[in-house]
Amino acid sequence: MTGAHPLRAKRRRSALRTTAFLSPWLIGFAVFFLYPLLSTLYFSFTRYDGFRQPAFNGLDNWSYVFTDYPLFWPAMRNTLWLVLVMVTCRVAFGLGIGLLITKIKTGVGIFRTLFYLPYLAPPVAATLAFVFLLNPGTGPVNTLLDAVGLPTPGWFTDADWSKPALTALALWGVGDLMVIFMAALLDVPKEQYEAAELDGAGAWARFRHITLPNISPIIMFAVVTGVIQAMQYYAQPLVAGKVAAGVIGGSGQQFEPGYPDKSTLTLPQLVYNLGFQRFDYGTACVVALVLFALSMAFTALLMRRRGGLIGAGE
Amino acid sequence: MPRTGRLTTATAVLAAISALATACTGQGADTASDDPKADVTLNFWHGWSAPSETKAIEENIARFEKAHPNIKVKVTGNMTDDKVNQALRAGGDKAPDVVSSFTTDSVGTFCNSHAFADLNPFLAKSGVDKTKVFPKTLLEYTQFEGNQCTLPLLHDAYGLVYNKTAFAAAGITEPPKTWSQFAEVAQKLTKPQGDSYEQVGLMPTFHGYETTPMRLAAQWSPTYFTPDGKSALAADPAFAKMLTAQKDLVAKLGGYEKLERFRNTFGDEWSAEHPFHTGRVVMQIDGEWRAPMAKEAGVSFEIGTAPLPVPDEQADDYGKGYLSGTIMGIAAGSKKQNAAWELVKYMTTDTGAVVAFANAIHNIPSTFGALDSPDLQVTPEFKTFLDIARHPKSSTTPAKADGGTYQLTFTDFAYAVEKGDVGDVPAGLAKTDQQIDTDIAKAK
Repeated sequence: MTGAHPLRAKRRRSALRTTAFLSPWLIGFAVFFLYPLLSTLYFSFTRYDGFRQPAFNGLDNWSYVFTDYPLFWPAMRNTLWLVLVMVTCRVAFGLGIGLLITKIKTGVGIFRTLFYLPYLAPPVAATLAFVFLLNPGTGPVNTLLDAVGLPTPGWFTDADWSKPALTALALWGVGDLMVIFMAALLDVPKEQYEAAELDGAGAWARFRHITLPNISPIIMFAVVTGVIQAMQYYAQPLVAGKVAAGVIGGSGQQFEPGYPDKSTLTLPQLVYNLGFQRFDYGTACVVALVLFALSMAFTALLMRRRGGLIGAGE
Repeated sequence: MPRTGRLTTATAVLAAISALATACTGQGADTASDDPKADVTLNFWHGWSAPSETKAIEENIARFEKAHPNIKVKVTGNMTDDKVNQALRAGGDKAPDVVSSFTTDSVGTFCNSHAFADLNPFLAKSGVDKTKVFPKTLLEYTQFEGNQCTLPLLHDAYGLVYNKTAFAAAGITEPPKTWSQFAEVAQKLTKPQGDSYEQVGLMPTFHGYETTPMRLAAQWSPTYFTPDGKSALAADPAFAKMLTAQKDLVAKLGGYEKLERFRNTFGDEWSAEHPFHTGRVVMQIDGEWRAPMAKEAGVSFEIGTAPLPVPDEQADDYGKGYLSGTIMGIAAGSKKQNAAWELVKYMTTDTGAVVAFANAIHNIPSTFGALDSPDLQVTPEFKTFLDIARHPKSSTTPAKADGGTYQLTFTDFAYAVEKGDVGDVPAGLAKTDQQIDTDIAKAK
């Protein structure tokens, strides 16, 4: 008993010291993550418009979102489509361009600049440019397709083509991934390629057994950041939909995002629409929580996969 | 501290927080107690952005400040409803005391959430009988369930603006009055070119600028809600008739896809390159501003204006149209509501102020006094819209608790109809009714 007290005091001091060192992160976590998350959860069970006091309404908002809100499921489908297709295309295209440029012997700087520059364009400006380029009636892309006898899609005005058009826009701005992949590809030890060549490995075998395992953490990084971007996709589909629908802003007309046929509607657009245009904060919180759950699910899936990829790399 | 003491303190703190929260959200006080004669500065937010419009506002405010030397007005323009709503919720010294908005659809939300103060007590205090000052339709879209949380500040009437020169070239001597004449004239004026058009008589699709389902529906004199507040789209045949007529017109002019492709070649509605100005569209469903805008753009043809056609069976009602406009209200959280009322009263009810503003921005005056004022500048094109505004059967869309969400739901259905995606229009309207009722019940 006599020696226990000083030991306890020492442990307490140690715990306090650890907490003190951790406190900046703990405070940040509590203020910027935990509190907003818990508030969102709380408001999702209330009727709250920002003026009147929040009133508890049970599962009304939740049942409204899943059964009565006509925009939720189209937005969910579009977001999942963008996560799966757009992210895959971006990663594959970024890696492809990165590989191509690392092979080029002359004028590398020019190609790097050419592929990187579009990434610097502000999203709204880039989207406006794409709506112009892909205008089904007057755009240069369709003029070219028509000239060579190919069918001319409706792009941003056709529900079947609007998401591929957004994907094309995302590929155009793939410069960030290209730079990251280039750095990773240049880091792959040359001896491994030389040894493989001596063993008679072809280009595909070298890519499959040397390049891919070496850059797998970078691919994982590209996928994770791509998924995050796709989950937050807001400005580009909104601007493209608005411009293609001919709604630039006018005499008090309302605009429901998603033109054409809700095909460009995403979950973040719903959060804004419900929260800051309809001022139904409670329902907006439900959609925000769905988005959060979806992000967590994708993250968990990718982290499990990450273990496998790193294992392959090692 | 004894237990009872702690409880008392906790209760007091909770009460204080509640009071503070109430104050922050602008709830509680039904009457304003500020002295309108005291020196005060008001924040006034509006949505106009064109130089001529902001100049007109500044001139109006200068006249107000001259008449009320104790009140200074800080004007902020180019404000959208989103920004206004955020600022009203945030509150504080920088939040607006007085707001004007172009979106009459927001009135239901503004009134239902008590974001704006009820102006009935202010009208009563000032001895203003609103029914003698403002036309009935305008009072309809500025209040919600008896809460007159906004007042009209000029308004818009929707009619037909047409290219008289193109009409003459096609041998058409007068604007169409009935829907069947309208379809016939639109077809006659349409010149296909390959799989597109050289010119269309009318761009009928609902994405065509001001051609919204609500504006067309007004020609059928619709009733949007039953007396007990239920959506009546399926119950009133006006909606199905309008949608069918519109779908037929789209088919007659070349079909949805071909028209939408052509529409995508159009520019900004508010630019000089508007397809009506460039002669690519001969008839445009639009407000009273289009004719002066086209003239400012230097069009080479003669412009005519007319009311929108009516259904053949309602030919006697020719002259009616859809009305909406700008609204003005006082932030419920404002501490300067009596002074703010002086500004609102001046801008919305003072005949001189309303006429001067209407003349400056080519909008229709919103008071009986201003409509009859000899100072109102009336061109032949403008007179058409004044007559639409005065027509007893001109109508608007009612304010509801969900703002304009019910209109968006109806519009969404109308898109599907014109595209040919709806086989059974009445059944679709009944389903749309259900959605609207659900949304409104939720908003309440």
